[in-house]
Amino acid sequence: MKGLEEIIAEHPFFEGLEPGYLTLVAGCAQMAAYRAGEYLMTYGAEAEHFFLLRHGRVALELSAPARDAFRFQTVDAGEVVGWSWLIPPHKSQFDARAVEDTSVIKFDGKCLRGKCDADPKLGYDLMKRFTRVMVQRFADTRLQLIDVYGKQGR
Amino acid sequence: MEKALILTLAADRLDQLFHELQGRGYECVGPTLRDDAIVYDHIESSADLPRGWTDEQAPGHYRVKRRDDDAYFGYVVGPHSWKKYLFPPERRLWQLKRAGQKFDRTDTPAEPPRYAFIGVRACEIAALKIQDRVFTGGQFTEPKYAAAREQAFVVAVNCTQAASTCFCVSMKTGPEAQDGYDLSLTEVLTPEHSFVIRVGSDHGREVLAALQTAAATPAHEQAARAGIENASQQARKLETAGLKELLQRNFESEQWDDIAKRCLSCANCTMACPTCFCSSVEDTTDLTGEHAERWQRWDSCFNPDFSYIHGGEVRKTTASRYRQWMTHKLSTWFDQFGSSGCVGCGRCISWCPVGIDLTEEARKMRESEGTCHEGS
Amino acid sequence: MESKAAEMTTAEPLLPEPWIVREVIREMADVVTFVLEPGEGAAAMAFKPGQFNMLYAFGVGEVPISISGDPADVSRLVHTIRDVGLVTHALCAVQPGDVVGVRGPFGSHWPIEQHTGCDIVVAAGGIGLAPLRPVLYHILNHRDQYDDVVLLYGARKPDELLFPGEYDAWRKAGIQVEVTVDNADAAWDGRVGVVTTLIRYGKFESDEATAFICGPDVMMRFTAQELENKGVAPDKLYISMERNMKCAIGFCGHCQLGPEFICLDGAVFVWPRMKRLMLVKEL
Repeated sequence: MKGLEEIIAEHPFFEGLEPGYLTLVAGCAQMAAYRAGEYLMTYGAEAEHFFLLRHGRVALELSAPARDAFRFQTVDAGEVVGWSWLIPPHKSQFDARAVEDTSVIKFDGKCLRGKCDADPKLGYDLMKRFTRVMVQRFADTRLQLIDVYGKQGR
Repeated sequence: MEKALILTLAADRLDQLFHELQGRGYECVGPTLRDDAIVYDHIESSADLPRGWTDEQAPGHYRVKRRDDDAYFGYVVGPHSWKKYLFPPERRLWQLKRAGQKFDRTDTPAEPPRYAFIGVRACEIAALKIQDRVFTGGQFTEPKYAAAREQAFVVAVNCTQAASTCFCVSMKTGPEAQDGYDLSLTEVLTPEHSFVIRVGSDHGREVLAALQTAAATPAHEQAARAGIENASQQARKLETAGLKELLQRNFESEQWDDIAKRCLSCANCTMACPTCFCSSVEDTTDLTGEHAERWQRWDSCFNPDFSYIHGGEVRKTTASRYRQWMTHKLSTWFDQFGSSGCVGCGRCISWCPVGIDLTEEARKMRESEGTCHEGS
Repeated sequence: MESKAAEMTTAEPLLPEPWIVREVIREMADVVTFVLEPGEGAAAMAFKPGQFNMLYAFGVGEVPISISGDPADVSRLVHTIRDVGLVTHALCAVQPGDVVGVRGPFGSHWPIEQHTGCDIVVAAGGIGLAPLRPVLYHILNHRDQYDDVVLLYGARKPDELLFPGEYDAWRKAGIQVEVTVDNADAAWDGRVGVVTTLIRYGKFESDEATAFICGPDVMMRFTAQELENKGVAPDKLYISMERNMKCAIGFCGHCQLGPEFICLDGAVFVWPRMKRLMLVKEL
């Protein structure tokens, strides 16, 4: 069996993380698994975790009454779900639901925030990793917004 | 080397040229006065020429005036150009009838017209050569253009005066026709009213042989030279060095917006231009749906739907349309056809209702860059 | 001379040839694929992947449409058309036995034959998969000539995916097929996200890859840029441009983009030739 630290080190999200920090973040992590259809987090709830996907697929969704959940993004193995833990008010801004059976490394946000506050260099490293994901998701969202395949748009 | 044969034809024998050409099956077309402009139309004889008339041109300005002599060709170019004969403004391309699993063509392809163009200016010969490259110089050949062009007999007339809008000297296309003609005429009023004639082809030589000509004297040649020299005095200039690169560097210049404040997007410049070749087609059918036709018409990059693709027009603004026209004419034409698309005839300047002058706009574009790009 | 001139006026380059509709496949609400065979006076047509024909709806008009069939099968002509205007609407309404006018084939092609031994990335958006399907067919016919082959395909919604019935066959033939949609409901268990997000899942070596990209202008720009960022050589990226076309033979002037005639020089272009031009607004 691989140790948790080793598994975290192999995940693309933490590629190149200093070994010392690896031990620090591993201290806030645990393995977890979700069956297809189960929620990793729900809109409006306290966002106390983020997830690195090892296997499976997670959909990011918004629900509205009397209509199906609107699925605007899926996340696959090797990617990350959740950044609300990092930024106040630490509320989840969407539902994250396993599309298929999914295994993750689950991180405790409060635990990590404490370590980041204590060591701003770790905090800055993590912030850069998450900002990169956020910027990419915003860019993707803009592309979705202009509806490139619609009849009006090119 | 045989010295080029130079002859003269007395002005009162000009009709011999018409008769000879008509006898050889040509329809003569050339300048004639109509609606206060000198236009190109069917002409029967020298009597149809605008004898004793001239034109006065400036940006957004064209007037015909009486001359104080009886010159036949004492003016420059008007709103028309010869392209209307080789590439008509509107024509039916075909008629089809749907017949089971085939289309029956129900129109009879016309015999190519046989025109004699009388009074083709040097800049217009350059324009003909440019359209030749467009319609016959590439991967595909436009057969109707090619056939009409092949048949055409070109009587060039060298300019002996220039309008204020002329800049053929800058474009190296005039005022004297160097080649591309069957016969070239230079009208002189001294030592007597006559035409100094050069031969440009075997056809031209045959036609000329039938006319009552005389050998040109030094006085004739001197008068012809003086006339052409007079036409070479042109105040309007277009600096062509680096112009191709200049415009392609400046797709995003603010100057296009400045032009757009004046430009009406009326398409006059493209209609008057002797090299503009854009066209559109319209497909129609009768009420039974069994007979269809395709019509081709001159189109213009200034028309809103010219750049239509599903979803809308690519060029929505006047700025983008003027940029397309001027950049195509003076710059991307080189990429496409190996030459400028402009011959310096000045039509787009005279016939622009608001007097936009592309030589002036090119100059301003150059100045907007300062000197740091010079020669690049 | 006379006879040559007369012959030249007879040949009419804008005259369509009659082809018979043999089969009509409704791909989705507004997209139709039809199979044509030569009618009387029309000859079978060889074409290269990425080339287009001018399709004529009798009496209505003519539009440029890419060929979406197998280049190895010259007995039939396959086109996939989206109903976006008057002419495409008429073409989408054809029935077996109807006659459609055809001129072509025109334009440049995806240089698939020139990139044997390479990894091939085929990136398509929406109906942009249709002009690329001949590339996939060519690869299927010559699978051993190419190394890793990846199809990255994005569409708007799950029910707007084109040719969904063929993905499994392509996978079985050794093509990695990755599909995403811009949005979906919970019934869709595939990927959701823009097509560029698929690039990270593609199993190909950037420095050995050639990519063929077709879709809406914006999609091609972002995909080409993303592939370039990932290390694919810019001159191994190809895109297919769309502009207004009336003649397809360089005479009508409508399809110009800067110095290019899309009909003659394109519609397939190498990316560096288009990169700057595509960024100029309203060019």
